[in-house]
Amino acid sequence: MESKTKNKIERQVVIPGEVITKGEDYLPGEGTEKVGDEIIAIRYGLAEESNRLVRVISLSGIYEPRKGNLVIGKVENITFYGWVIDLDSPETSFLHLQEVPKYINKGGLNEVLDIGDMVVAKVLDITSRGIDLTIKSRGLGKIDEGIIIKVNSNKVPRIIGKGGSMINTIKEESECNITVGQNGLIWIKGNNVEDELLVKKAIMFVAEKSFMHGLTDELKEWFKKEKEKK
Amino acid sequence: MKMATKTFKRPDGRKADEIRPMQAKVGIVPNADGSALFSFGDTIAIAAVYGPKKMHPQHQQDPEKGTLRCRYNMLSFSVDDRIRPGPSRRSTEISKITEWALEPSLLIKRYPNMVVDVHVNILQANASTRCAGINAASMALAHAGIPMKNIVSSVSIGKLDKNLVVDLDKEEEDFKEGEGSTDIPITMTPKGEVTHIQLDGRITKEQLKEAIELARKSTKEIYEVQKKALKESITT
Repeated sequence: MESKTKNKIERQVVIPGEVITKGEDYLPGEGTEKVGDEIIAIRYGLAEESNRLVRVISLSGIYEPRKGNLVIGKVENITFYGWVIDLDSPETSFLHLQEVPKYINKGGLNEVLDIGDMVVAKVLDITSRGIDLTIKSRGLGKIDEGIIIKVNSNKVPRIIGKGGSMINTIKEESECNITVGQNGLIWIKGNNVEDELLVKKAIMFVAEKSFMHGLTDELKEWFKKEKEKK
Repeated sequence: MKMATKTFKRPDGRKADEIRPMQAKVGIVPNADGSALFSFGDTIAIAAVYGPKKMHPQHQQDPEKGTLRCRYNMLSFSVDDRIRPGPSRRSTEISKITEWALEPSLLIKRYPNMVVDVHVNILQANASTRCAGINAASMALAHAGIPMKNIVSSVSIGKLDKNLVVDLDKEEEDFKEGEGSTDIPITMTPKGEVTHIQLDGRITKEQLKEAIELARKSTKEIYEVQKKALKESITT
């Protein structure tokens, strides 16, 4: 697709190796590469441009952790110094004893978090050995109730929406508390199971149609229909 | 030297540069991270991609870059005489060939200690199975969100007696007249860079160059089919 200078690049599906734009007007972002004066997609997905930065939003692939990401994981193992957490990513992550905001007796680690517990955490650091996590912040820690669902991590930005528009719509419509982990795990806590299951359905709806235009309005319509069914 | 005769007729009546009807589709294996189907006429290949995931066994981990691991398999009912299921000399070789054909286009350096698994299964075989397999695998890798420089396309060029033809089928593979049949599978990026070429048989230097040019033209056609299938699977 040829684009003239200063013209906005339209949202389009690209495949690896495809030229998104030519010339010096744009900068290559995530999922793109600059070869000569062409910006080329290196992933399959949707090409988008904002503030001259061209990037490709992938809809598949693994979770690539970033510092500061909010994630949800499962306690896989307990060691002498902390917990091994499974984030559903190929890299192993670790929550150190020091990153828990209270005093813990040696040998009493399982009283705080036991194997199989779900936990909301933040990515503290990424090293060559793996991911380090922390729960020393508000809103982080063990999950006691509610349900957890899994979507592809690449669809998380769409589920949250621009400035949280999508997730806020779901929250308002269902009156549930929703925590979206960047790794694709979503924690839903509502007043009853019916509400939680409705949220699950809504999120699956968004994940499936994640590339539709005006999805927030579509979602409102969807909620209306669902409520009529009851 | 006698050049290709104009009057040469292919057994199924195709033109020399005519590929069998192609079909391509992505997302056919819901459990996989990426998947694709590609067919040349009666040759059907499906590819499923899993990963990147931690390499197992651990001693095979490469801390410098990610690894690509392919497995080519012909299903026992894919040919007339049932073939014994399981790995064979031939399938192990083609697995390795598929890996080599795909690897130059991938950017898996950023996934150290990890592996990308590609499973290629031939549902139905009528020659050119490795080419169909590579085409399907390339689409499946893109579908799985693996970063890559380009999608590769593969085609088999055949030399029947002295005539060059595109996309051999079984009947042509068994061609006996004159110099017989020579099969040359070639894989290329849409820019025309060769990532894989195989040749066993006799061919002159000039004719091999001609064959590569023919492949360059044919892989472009295949690339368009692959591109269309990938683009159509996302609805905006």
